[in-house]
Amino acid sequence: MDFSLNEVQEMLADSIDKFIENDYDFDTRQKYAASDKGYSDKVWQMFAELGWTAVPFSEADGGFDGGPIDIMVVMRRLGRGLVVEPYLANVVLAGGILKRVANEEQKQRWLHPIMGGELQATLAFTEPQARYELANVATTAVREDDDWLLNGRKGFVINGGTAGILIIPARTGGESCGVDGITLFAVEASADGLSRNAYQTVDGLRAAEITLENVRVGSAAVLGEVGGGFPALEATIADATLAVCAEAVGIMHLLKDKTIEYSKSRSQFGVPIGSFQALQHRMVDMLTACEQAESLLLWAVMTYAQGGADASRAISSIKYLVSSSGQRVGEEAVQIHGGMGVTWELDVAHYFKRLTAIGQSFGNADWHLDRLAA
Amino acid sequence: MHVTFSEQELAFQEEVRTFFRDEFPGDIREKQDNGIELSPEDYIRWQQLLHSRGWAGVNWPVEYGGTGWTPVQKYIFAAEEANANAPVIIPFGLSMVGPVIYTFGNQEQQQRFLPDILASKVWWCQGYSEPGAGSDLASLKTRAEFAGDHYVVNGTKTWTTLGQHADWIFCLARTSTDVARRQEGISFLLIDMKTPGVTVKPIILLDGVHEVNEVHFDNVKVPVENLVGEEGKGWTYGKVLLQHERANIAAVARSHYRIRRLRKQVSESVRGAPPLVTDASYMRQLAAVEVELKALEYTELRTLAAVASGKAPGPESSILKVKGTEIQQAIDMLYVQAAGYYALPYVPDQHEVGFAGDSVGEGAETSTALRYFNNRKASIYGGSNEIQKNIIAKHVLGL
Repeated sequence: MDFSLNEVQEMLADSIDKFIENDYDFDTRQKYAASDKGYSDKVWQMFAELGWTAVPFSEADGGFDGGPIDIMVVMRRLGRGLVVEPYLANVVLAGGILKRVANEEQKQRWLHPIMGGELQATLAFTEPQARYELANVATTAVREDDDWLLNGRKGFVINGGTAGILIIPARTGGESCGVDGITLFAVEASADGLSRNAYQTVDGLRAAEITLENVRVGSAAVLGEVGGGFPALEATIADATLAVCAEAVGIMHLLKDKTIEYSKSRSQFGVPIGSFQALQHRMVDMLTACEQAESLLLWAVMTYAQGGADASRAISSIKYLVSSSGQRVGEEAVQIHGGMGVTWELDVAHYFKRLTAIGQSFGNADWHLDRLAA
Repeated sequence: MHVTFSEQELAFQEEVRTFFRDEFPGDIREKQDNGIELSPEDYIRWQQLLHSRGWAGVNWPVEYGGTGWTPVQKYIFAAEEANANAPVIIPFGLSMVGPVIYTFGNQEQQQRFLPDILASKVWWCQGYSEPGAGSDLASLKTRAEFAGDHYVVNGTKTWTTLGQHADWIFCLARTSTDVARRQEGISFLLIDMKTPGVTVKPIILLDGVHEVNEVHFDNVKVPVENLVGEEGKGWTYGKVLLQHERANIAAVARSHYRIRRLRKQVSESVRGAPPLVTDASYMRQLAAVEVELKALEYTELRTLAAVASGKAPGPESSILKVKGTEIQQAIDMLYVQAAGYYALPYVPDQHEVGFAGDSVGEGAETSTALRYFNNRKASIYGGSNEIQKNIIAKHVLGL
């Protein structure tokens, strides 16, 4: 039994912590979030140069052979920094599919430039009508000679406005909402017939609605087996779910720490508000929620890393907890910060918004609790 | 980062498992499984069996006859003990006064008391709370006046669990009122319950059971050699004891066991009703408690890992009591809900040995509400959960 990080993980953690401390204060983050793209190219290049974008890929692919524990290390810290650079979309989502099913040529063409920070990518894993059901894929791909014609809509595609390459799950067979008959396509954003409506999201990130109208791709765009894309999709979303849980736990701890600090410095009635028992107990509840989430995250990540029967239960457990008690930690942080907590000016509000967005992504609390109860 | 056990630990797990399978007496097991109250003799017999194996002093150092186990071994032992549904160890001797005596007692006291505690030859009880001193323990009024070779003790202790069976009581009593802080001037005394002037009066709890008592001291003479450590330092010793109490209070392994039993129970039909597993709303509640319990298990493991690597337990340890008791009480309620109407018959005789009448309800259904009522105490004893939060706010959050 050992809960400590290995040397490589410690170094990774240290370097991200230093970056956030020295180069990524809240004002800088806000500036990047408000820029045209919604993040900084320069920062993203630095992520690539430092090798952070290569963490979960095999050595053969030029990566660090990292697993869920390493991604947890990264995401917790990106959470603490409220980082807007599209790590999840590029590395965890698009990279997750490519590392699992892409052939060598496809990896050369897409994965390596993603790792190098030269190509923006994403996975369009949800559709407007699908809510959280991954297999609810109504987008179709029909074979025409050696090509495929794609038609349909993808919703809430994170990093969808900037991505040069989009991985599109499309139905090539099977029943509606069935797990069989889903094929994964790598589609260039510049393809004829692909249009996108990009927008900001409430947490300062970016997403897009994607429409595909007779988008023609060649057979080289098919990632993995025709009709057999679901397992890779499901596994990648499991990776991503754990990743955002780690990000959320990073945010929860930060909000708890900031709130305690604030309660010691803010005076009312001539005393620090942290001296009031009504607030003390609420902050203890925040601490409890943070420590419980931390504990469950460790269990979930280690269980998932081992594989086996408990893996999906582990993911639903931590996502349920993050979406429920994590949300409460965010609400309490805002409440205890009082009027300041509801201003745009204060970072607390923005952490709270990101926590909320995570809560509603990749299955919300209800959805995961249903899975656990089934 | 990993959570696998070493080969040695796995071998230990097997050894403990075998012991519980082969040595745990069948008659006690049957009572435990059917929610029948154990007699004091049952507890003693079981604890003496553990002692014969050298496993009575789980947390004790080897030099005093303890196991000297690592934190991981203790964790494994607790899990196996719970899986076997073995009786809870009566904590007052083995978990509470024993550690105080081997930490703060003199050699004579150690030789006099520790072997009998380990061998469960003497039944101890706790004299802390008073009618006017609950959460505010330092306001206690029981007086111990120095009179040459003895103290004269006067006062009343309350909530004395199983004091009706006890041979000895450990007490916090005030030996001086001339103090700067109320926590000073309190001493830790060991008192023979047979001493003239000691009387025990039952308090019946809301489940109708005589579990706790009031203990009155009327000019009770206590020899000075029964003072543990220094006069006036009892508060410090008492706090150490409470820490031992709190560490075990989370009962994570027991709660896991009860959840597993409940899952099995709700998957079966009772009296022809559809199994509760088809009730989505119930199953969601159950799943939510399981998530919190799994998290608490890892919170406890993180604490153990910190201790094992020589570090002080971090803030995670302080939440064990609060969260652990909240979870226990949530499980109590899940059992009540599972029983429905059949949680409600008040037929205590049915849960005693030798009941020969017509039973109402299936299995332990009619004990579920009683257990729920009884266990409301869990968030009150050992320092109420609100007091725990005060402690965490002060010492962990620095507020």
